[in-house]
Amino acid sequence: MATVNLHVPAVAVREIRLNTITGYEGTAADLLERSCNGGASLRERGRGFTQCLGCSTSNAACMTVLVQDGAVISHGPVGCSSCLHEFAFTYRVNAPVRGLSAPTPRHIYSTNLTEDETVFGGSDKLAASIREVYEREHPAVIFIITTCASGIIGDDVEGVANDAEEELGIPVVAIFCEGFRSKVWTSGFDAGYHGIARKLIRPPRPPEERFSITETGERVWDKPFVNVINFWGSDFFGPWLERFGFETRYITPYSTLASLQTASEARASVQICTTLGSYMASALEQGFGVEALRAAPPYGVAATERWLRTFGEMVEKPEVAEEIIAEERAKYLPQIAELRARLEGRTAYVTAGAGHGHAMLQILGELGIEAQGAALFHHDPANDIDSEEADSLVARVRDYGDVPRLSICNKQEFELVNVLARLRPQLLLARHGGMTLWGAKLGIPSLLIGDEQWGMGYQGIVRYGRAISEVLENDEFVVNLARHAINPYSKWWLAQTSSAFLEEGDF
Amino acid sequence: MSTSGMIEQERYTCAIGALQSVVAIPRAVPILHSGPGCGTMILGFFERGTGYAGGYTSPCTNFSETEVVFGGVDKLRQLIVNTDKVLDSDLQVVLTGCTADIVGDDVGSVLSEFVDAGRPLVHVETAGFKSNNLVAHSNVVNAIIDQYVDLFAAVHPSRSDALLVNVFASLPYQDPFWKGNLREYKRLFEALGLKVNILFGPESAGVDEWKSIPEANFNVLISPWYGLPIVEHLQERYDQPYFRFPYVPIGANETTRLLEGLSAFAIEQGAPLNPRRTRALIEHEEQAFYEEIDNLATFLLEFRYGLPNHVHILHDAGYVVGLSRFLLHEVGIVPKEQFIVDGTPEEYQAAVRADLAATSDRREIPVSFDVDAGAAQRALRELYGVAAGAGAAGAAASEGDATAAGGGGGAAAAAAGGGAAGGGAAAAGGGAATGDAAIGGGDPTAAAIAVGAHGGGQGGTAGHEGRGLIIGSGWDKELARDLSCDFLPAAVPDPYRLVLTTNYAGYTGGLRVIEDIYDVVLSTYA
Repeated sequence: MATVNLHVPAVAVREIRLNTITGYEGTAADLLERSCNGGASLRERGRGFTQCLGCSTSNAACMTVLVQDGAVISHGPVGCSSCLHEFAFTYRVNAPVRGLSAPTPRHIYSTNLTEDETVFGGSDKLAASIREVYEREHPAVIFIITTCASGIIGDDVEGVANDAEEELGIPVVAIFCEGFRSKVWTSGFDAGYHGIARKLIRPPRPPEERFSITETGERVWDKPFVNVINFWGSDFFGPWLERFGFETRYITPYSTLASLQTASEARASVQICTTLGSYMASALEQGFGVEALRAAPPYGVAATERWLRTFGEMVEKPEVAEEIIAEERAKYLPQIAELRARLEGRTAYVTAGAGHGHAMLQILGELGIEAQGAALFHHDPANDIDSEEADSLVARVRDYGDVPRLSICNKQEFELVNVLARLRPQLLLARHGGMTLWGAKLGIPSLLIGDEQWGMGYQGIVRYGRAISEVLENDEFVVNLARHAINPYSKWWLAQTSSAFLEEGDF
Repeated sequence: MSTSGMIEQERYTCAIGALQSVVAIPRAVPILHSGPGCGTMILGFFERGTGYAGGYTSPCTNFSETEVVFGGVDKLRQLIVNTDKVLDSDLQVVLTGCTADIVGDDVGSVLSEFVDAGRPLVHVETAGFKSNNLVAHSNVVNAIIDQYVDLFAAVHPSRSDALLVNVFASLPYQDPFWKGNLREYKRLFEALGLKVNILFGPESAGVDEWKSIPEANFNVLISPWYGLPIVEHLQERYDQPYFRFPYVPIGANETTRLLEGLSAFAIEQGAPLNPRRTRALIEHEEQAFYEEIDNLATFLLEFRYGLPNHVHILHDAGYVVGLSRFLLHEVGIVPKEQFIVDGTPEEYQAAVRADLAATSDRREIPVSFDVDAGAAQRALRELYGVAAGAGAAGAAASEGDATAAGGGGGAAAAAAGGGAAGGGAAAAGGGAATGDAAIGGGDPTAAAIAVGAHGGGQGGTAGHEGRGLIIGSGWDKELARDLSCDFLPAAVPDPYRLVLTTNYAGYTGGLRVIEDIYDVVLSTYA
């Protein structure tokens, strides 16, 4: 089990910490077999041709820009924060979903490193920038995210942050997320969480001190709550957790410094995706004693019920889990059966990150749709909470059977295009922007689900079933697009097997 | 301006963003020799920028620790070999990122192996710390000219076609209206009798067109400063003079000025143009333009429910000057404080100021040059008496309440709504309306603008008389809401608007600007 060390500035990238790989072609069952013992027998396979990947720095930004009262400084050239405006948009658009009617502008800065600083160092500029950001906005917390340039020139970002923290009297968190450190840009989430856990989360107060005083001097006791580690999607867990007697506290998007500081006082941590949240769940558990739920996220009936029962046992309210299961079964199972009858036997292909891709494969299984294959961006043979029960690929294979053509593709579009052109599934399910394009260009009805909590629980299966039916029924657009699509890929490439550029593994 | 040199709310990206200039050339492929995230960062900035082989299609060496330590030339060599197998293309441009440039990879020698074998392959240094994408655009174009176009110069003799011009104007993707503007320039210049190499976008004939660059009689540069190194370089290399128009010509006055100037210059350079044809074209275009303005005047003068009477523009120098001139003289909206956020180098700022000052001899238009657009926003907030601190702090407090209240469900929403109405005293009308709209499930933005509009500048205690308009990027939407100004997004980055082939340049571009402004204004009357 990977040990969380909150005393060091940087967390190791996934390749090192979890034996994560970005190249594989085979079946899900085979991949899981090779993943035993922490993936000791799993070998990474590189590629002789590669396209643009993602960047750890933007994922670290994702977990910090959306903290309500924070400010984020990208320490690098201006390009390294180019896409962060998209988080400002997200914050604003999804605010009502989280009950914020007056979302404030996001505070996003670049130290704008120039050639001089790459020669003489950028630490002074960073220090001056932190001061200036503080004077401008008086944020409750300042996050610094590092970049390739600041990493290679060797700026002492941790030292600058600590000095600034002392000077300004607010937390200043250095987050180490240089793009070149990892091919698995999900490492950036871990980096963000690591910074938050080591610098912001406080040891839990004793229960008798967990209250606040109102203006009229009244003592208001904190209610018991559960951390939900997630993105910015709709509030799915609230109603369930309420039945168990807990408030829901989402971290880190839409959290505040204060709510992060006391995350250690939660009854438990659950996560919407094992790939996203396990490091944070583990940091909360190992560093602060908050128990992490060891169950795969609730996608599909089987996983949903396991999730509810495991949670019920954990909080010693198994009867509540049974009540919810009975009620929701009665309400949704007939609808699911009806959708299943309509969709059974169709074929689909999935492309997504790791955890959410598994979730989509579970939902396909539940709806009786044949998963011909999947192109998942990376594969973690282990997770930080060291739990096979929390592994959603394990859950998929156990509940619905193997996935015959599983590629670990590192978001390599050329491989996806090749596979889709060859397999011609009736449906493409995607989680990440840019990936549905090629389904549509090939005339394959394609569905992208942006809200990570949309497909959860019994209700999520119904939603998915309806959305899939709709996409399958309304394929005029993709049929027409396919007739006119621009295709830069050569005939030669489309005639190769999709793994042609994967280096030979030694297994 | 920031004292530290940092930038809040960037309006351009770093040098490697000029990969979009490669994407804009038909069937050209950018190859990134850079860190893994550079391509997606750039795609995320422009959002719809994949084109033929940008975005996730672009080959990239994806620098890792190994390449940082040992160099990445072997990986690059392999990538170049395989790019040719996987992607069909006519031209490949290798762009280096910070990582490759800091470790000092000798890209030129890797490329020479392929160029000697006849591959259409070019390389350009675009480390992000070296410059920005507006500057690097010129480096990309000059690299293609030097390393590719020039190989064919023997069969494309310098200045051999008296009617041919190369046009350098809107920067691909950085100018959201680049496709439309370039198409409109080509249409107008061809109507004068010229032949046009437009070089980027769907109106370009791709590499064959690029190869004919030396044949052009002269070059046309429509730009306040970016792109100047291209025409200067061509002057040196192929002896071509250039005609320059220093801002975006929007509407009739400025487009006519451009066409008259260009026509005269072409004739000076020996192009057999017919001045009567120029005259006829201008008359025809102006007639069509003023037919619309004539029709519109009643609305502009008589619409009694409120129209914007002044404008602040946060944009590049070309648009700030071009839009100011157009809006003052041809629409009747008075340009007030203007903000140039494109990093105009100091040596060109005086000329830009002069161009803006020449807009009118009856008023002064204050202008600032600052890449730190956060500072521009603060200046406007101060001007309108909406303190950045007060409004934001009030709202932040109410957000905090929302979380404390349980972080989900109706109760939290109600708490936040209440908090906004109380906490957002500085934006009284807007804040309350936003809360209501959000709870009702409507569009909070529209509601906030509408309230501000009806109330007539409720945003703050100061500012200018009447209703204001802000033209800027997506960053400015919240600013406009807080100031109770109308908002037209027309600069990158902009997640709030979809621009395909719309042009703002030219006679038709001016009309489109009018449509867009009053579309925004009228949509507040719900």
